Amino acid sequence: MILHTLLDYDVLRFTWWILLGVLLVGFAVTDGFDLGTGILLPFIGKTDLERRVVINTIGPVWEGNQVWLILGGGAIFAAWPQLYAVSFSGFYLAMAAVLLALILRPVGFKYRSKRDSVQWRSAWDWALFVGGFVPALVFGVAMGNVLQGVPFRLGPEMQIYYDGGFFALLNPFGVLAGLVSVAMLVMHGSSWLALKTDGVLAARARRFGIVGALATIALFAVAGIALWGFVDGYRITSAIFTNGPSNPLLKTVQAHAGGAWFANYAAHPWTMAAPAAGFIGALLALLGLVRRWEGSTMIFSGVSIAGIVLSVGASMFPFILPSSIQPQASLTVWDASSSHMTLFIMLVGTCIFLPVILLYTSWVYKVLWGKVNPADISAGKSHAY
Amino acid sequence: MDLDVVGLSRLQFALTALYHFIFIPLTLGLSILVAIMETVYVMSGRPIWRQMTKFWGTLFGINFAIGVSTGLVMEFQFGMNWSYYSHYVGDVFGAPLALEGLMAFFLEATFVGMFFFGWDRLSKVAHLIVTWLVALGSNLSALWILIANGWMQNPVGAALNPETMRMEVTDFYAVITNPVAQAKFVHTASAGYVVASMFVLGVSAFFILRGRHVDLAKRSLTVAAAFGLAASLSVVVLGDESGYLSSEHQKMKLAAIEGMWHTEPAPASFTAFGFPDREARKTHYAIHIPWVMGLIGTRSLDGQVQGIDALVQLASVRIRQGLQSYDALEQIRTLPAHAPVPPALTARFEEHSGELGYALLLKRYVDDPRRATDAQIALAAGDTVPQVAPLFWSFRIMVGLGMYFILLTAVFFVLSAKRKLDAYPWLLKVAVWSIPLPWIAAEAGWIVAELGRQPWAIEGVLPTAVAVSNLGMQTVLTTLLGFVVLYTILLVVEMKLMLKTIRKGPEPESTGHPGTASPLIGTTLALRTAPMITTE
Repeated sequence: MILHTLLDYDVLRFTWWILLGVLLVGFAVTDGFDLGTGILLPFIGKTDLERRVVINTIGPVWEGNQVWLILGGGAIFAAWPQLYAVSFSGFYLAMAAVLLALILRPVGFKYRSKRDSVQWRSAWDWALFVGGFVPALVFGVAMGNVLQGVPFRLGPEMQIYYDGGFFALLNPFGVLAGLVSVAMLVMHGSSWLALKTDGVLAARARRFGIVGALATIALFAVAGIALWGFVDGYRITSAIFTNGPSNPLLKTVQAHAGGAWFANYAAHPWTMAAPAAGFIGALLALLGLVRRWEGSTMIFSGVSIAGIVLSVGASMFPFILPSSIQPQASLTVWDASSSHMTLFIMLVGTCIFLPVILLYTSWVYKVLWGKVNPADISAGKSHAY
Repeated sequence: MDLDVVGLSRLQFALTALYHFIFIPLTLGLSILVAIMETVYVMSGRPIWRQMTKFWGTLFGINFAIGVSTGLVMEFQFGMNWSYYSHYVGDVFGAPLALEGLMAFFLEATFVGMFFFGWDRLSKVAHLIVTWLVALGSNLSALWILIANGWMQNPVGAALNPETMRMEVTDFYAVITNPVAQAKFVHTASAGYVVASMFVLGVSAFFILRGRHVDLAKRSLTVAAAFGLAASLSVVVLGDESGYLSSEHQKMKLAAIEGMWHTEPAPASFTAFGFPDREARKTHYAIHIPWVMGLIGTRSLDGQVQGIDALVQLASVRIRQGLQSYDALEQIRTLPAHAPVPPALTARFEEHSGELGYALLLKRYVDDPRRATDAQIALAAGDTVPQVAPLFWSFRIMVGLGMYFILLTAVFFVLSAKRKLDAYPWLLKVAVWSIPLPWIAAEAGWIVAELGRQPWAIEGVLPTAVAVSNLGMQTVLTTLLGFVVLYTILLVVEMKLMLKTIRKGPEPESTGHPGTASPLIGTTLALRTAPMITTE
């Protein structure tokens, strides 16, 4: 097969870097609101019926949303195998915590309302809270650690060694990034609930959403300042071969204090659109919550999340996963991808199926458009959870 | 199996995979059975078929939710516990997993929500299409996963790239059309259909025995018996195809399944029963059926099926060949970056690059395989023998149960054709007690396929011991315990919920749609004499 040479290796690598962003944004925006809804569940729903309404807003869509995570895992495996190998094994216990928390969700949704006991239901409500909170926090903490560089080494045959434990992840900047993540998903989940519910529930959701949006703006700003002042960035100090083999050890890298992660914004000012979207989206979502623009609030909080996720990528480019103990081993766009042919095949697959996925997902949301009606739930209609 | 990091990681992977594989076969088959039932509903307009669709659909949903979550664990575990594996073969192995997400899993998971929440929002035909899309999604999903798994058993279309020190795709078409993957897909999907058919058969038999929902149960039973008979025939035929392919690509697995220590003159006999003994290198109290093994393995009377001892001999030859390739590889890798590789060196590397994986078997004993002693080579060659006894027994359990399913589904197929489904209560009892059996067969099948692949993560390419992540024992032990505890709780809760749903029975059809309820429902006389599907 020679078709893959139609696109240059570096073009494919850059495209897959963009697609990595698309997948992470897809996950954060879609699964984000149902994780956020899980976090809000015990606080927004006071009575059993209210909680069932909250759960049923995401009941029909959470499974589809979660596939963004599964697809993200698969696509990173296929397009950035070293990133997949290093990050998943390095963040081992954190990943396991996310998995265990996520497993609680389907069970919580399905089983919660199958028994009448108050204790049973309340236990599952808290399980659903954990199922939303832990992934939201851990993914943010992971991002915060990636920005600081992760303590991994590569051996001569690309064996991977990780010299850090679970608790080392919980450093101040890591925790700050985790809080940004939780705040933005609370904002997003509240916007969703304000859209899908009525009356007292929607009013409570707006209140939580306003707090979430304010916290998102404040914490994202603090994180930006901390990134400038306290976090070392990295620079490639040898010649860059954008078409070279995927072997990270062929380059040299140095850590730089004092805002090295802001160099891309200075060199390409248009990339500032990403952090700007993070702030402006959250501000508009805040305004939308106050003024009760339902549908557009959801879009604004989505834009904010996309902006925040893409800011991480734009700051680090071309780095994907810097190493703090062997900077040379840092994974970058130019030396951590799959082969030319695999990237091409995967791109063809994505170009065919991603639009189809977006099409039928939109159709599903259109069919389900409208508020969840508490009366339908008490009547046990439509397999309500 | 030693309980070191490799052993614990394997144990965790095996437990989570076996657990995931409790839910997947039922999802595969039940999605199709439900879609068939709904098709009959849409075509005939009879509400009872809608009631059946909803009832079996509810059970499908309970099962599906855990399948999704445990699948997430599978997708992430390669990176978590098998990071060298992920680096070494991600270029090939990752692609089918990603395509599975894109093409299949998104479809399945998005529409499963519509299946449950769409009854009042969609037209009959639109809902039916949604149901079929769920079934299509789950089966396509299995196809991609088995393409990935098939590549672990028979790694075609890829080569090692010395610059990146990993396997890279050379021919993706070969990866997709891998004959082992194709045979595995049809075999595994059929096994899923058997699981679901036996489940529907057993639950329906339970209803008939209790005299509850008899009309619904009889129709369900008829569908399940027909579908189950076709599926169980296909499992056995395609399982045989798998066996034939093993003799081509995984000779050691076949010999171990057989407990065949020494090469026999062709055509080899099949050991129906016996106790394989690794130490003595023989199978005690063996009962042989002449010729059968030669026929299964080679489809001829003169083809030879090699025994374990001969294959170990062959392995030590291949280790020595692999060492030559490994030596050339190391020399290539010490060249300065971006420097041209002398053609003679490339030729030396490529001459035995197919055996390179055998040299890596020595990594367990020595850091630099080139320094291995003869004794270490002999040990590594001995490691190529998987655990014979569990393979031998799992295989016989699987095959025996497979034959039993053909018999049972055939009996019920005949009974339903003769409208005598409730004539023999003891047969119905047998059907109820048979519900767990297809799961045992399916799990045994997984053990045969994956335990039989050891010591390889990728057959002939990457040993499991090299594939593992550099994690601490305690770390792996912690997550292993976490998974065991949570999964056990989930299984108990899931079983209780399934039983509760079954005991409660189907929802009366009148809810939500007053006026469209079937006149058959609730009228005992009509129930008893309701015509079967064949006459409708």
